[in-house]
Amino acid sequence: MKILVAIKQVPERDAQISVSPDGKWIDEEDLTYTINEPDAYALEEALQLKEKNGGEVVVLCAGPERVTSTLREALAKGADRAIHIEADDLAERDTLSIAQLLADAARDEAPDLILTGLQSDDLGLGQTGVVLAELLRIPHATIIMQVEATSSGIKVKRELEDGWFQHMEIPLPALLTIQSGGNKLRYATLMGIKKAKTKETRTIPAAPAAAAPTITLERVYLPEKQKKTEMLTGSPAEIAVKLVEKLKFEVRVI
Amino acid sequence: MSGVLVIMEQHAGQWNKMSFEALAAGQTLAKSLQLNCSAAVLGNSTELLAKELASNKLTNVYVVDHALLENYSADGYVTALEQLLKQTSPAYVVFPHTYQVRDFAPALATRFHQVLISDVIALHEGPTFVRQLMQGKMNADYSPATSGTAPCFVSVQAGTFRADTVELGSAPIETFAPTLEPGQIRTTSGERFRESAQTVDLSAAPLIVSVGRGIGEQDNIGLVQELASALGAELAASRPICDNGWLPMERQVGSSGQTVSPKLYLAVGISGAIQHLVGMKGSKAVIAINKDENAPIFEVADYGIVGDLFEIVPALTKAIQAAKA
Repeated sequence: MKILVAIKQVPERDAQISVSPDGKWIDEEDLTYTINEPDAYALEEALQLKEKNGGEVVVLCAGPERVTSTLREALAKGADRAIHIEADDLAERDTLSIAQLLADAARDEAPDLILTGLQSDDLGLGQTGVVLAELLRIPHATIIMQVEATSSGIKVKRELEDGWFQHMEIPLPALLTIQSGGNKLRYATLMGIKKAKTKETRTIPAAPAAAAPTITLERVYLPEKQKKTEMLTGSPAEIAVKLVEKLKFEVRVI
Repeated sequence: MSGVLVIMEQHAGQWNKMSFEALAAGQTLAKSLQLNCSAAVLGNSTELLAKELASNKLTNVYVVDHALLENYSADGYVTALEQLLKQTSPAYVVFPHTYQVRDFAPALATRFHQVLISDVIALHEGPTFVRQLMQGKMNADYSPATSGTAPCFVSVQAGTFRADTVELGSAPIETFAPTLEPGQIRTTSGERFRESAQTVDLSAAPLIVSVGRGIGEQDNIGLVQELASALGAELAASRPICDNGWLPMERQVGSSGQTVSPKLYLAVGISGAIQHLVGMKGSKAVIAINKDENAPIFEVADYGIVGDLFEIVPALTKAIQAAKA
């Protein structure tokens, strides 16, 4: 089975985020980046499928030069090859335009299965995978916890709301968006890191955006508070005393 | 191009309750733009639901009816709705931001060369749609390009609009029969199931102490368990804790877990991504302990403590034990 994993590089979860001077994006200076967490689970699922069924895992990422570090890490974890779509203008493109870049690269690879995370930690639109499937005219399923190969395609376990699940059978080629937590993530081994250096990363230039964005991000800002939060300060012991007072006399649960 | 069309969600003859929040959003949007508002329900033999829907202030209720829409499939829904939208040409299509909508709405928007503005948490004049970025650390205003030839697609997060604000009225029901062939549905779905009978009903718990990523490792969970025991509270968690297997899935609060509304929700090391907040924002009182002063959990907290949970939690446990002694 040839599996293509579409991954995104995003700011680290713990990163201190501030609004950029033009108010239209976040300040990218001094930010550290990592693989989008749900995409890490998509990669893990791909590597496990390969271990069970054989085949090849190719990782695909669009973005500026810095994303090659994330691709290298994926190679060190066990991906066979990497494709870097070099694009410095992702912020000016909408989901459709970015999915189009991925679709063009995916078409050349003709994989049996495309995996990606269910959403990104930065924009969180949760659509790139589904749009990519639609552009490639292949079936898809979202929020997937488990994948197994069958004689006619794949069988997946899909997460529904409120703790419900459902199995689905899908013919190949297909695209799945993977939920976090279905597998345990592996770390890159020293051997893997060494091996990654000999693996191929192909860089392809991004085609210019075919159309103007259909939606525009006008302004980024800190959220307004929904509640008036009373902040309690002091030493841990002082805070504990203050909090117990609140629990006794305001919340009335002690 | 005219009007707002709300796509309602039902399963086996039962509404997904978020549909009526989307309906309230649709009516609000229509009013602000002086447009009419209609709604559609998809399925097979949904007359009863349609009748109920028609008792609201709507221009039209569309019953998109087909045997192949009995059970949800992305292919079936996208194909049927593409036909409905081409016939009715709404300017705005509004969905509840459910798991099902996440599965098909992006593909439907793609058929119209549009991008869904997903997970909207507020609506402003313009219209401008507000959604969160960076796991809730930032908000962003999105506006649709005014092409005038294709609808703008929007999905609305749970709790953004109130279902009880839907304006009542009466609407004509129109049946729409899409052209749909079995071969167009490429996937086969099995029955819905639950992993195991839930033994923990967090929704009934009056006090909840909930733990998140900030706890660092499994061995530290005991610290929070002691606090919960001191308070007499149920222990709950955000998704990553259950993903790691540190606590069972049935203790998870959020969109993929349980929805709770206790008297007290004490969040320890939980940053407060929207998927978690939708599960607990009905709590009467919220206390949050987090090292990051910009963590979105503080937006919904009544009392906030910025600091090291490994110092604060044991001190708090001791103080509560002393107060109760």
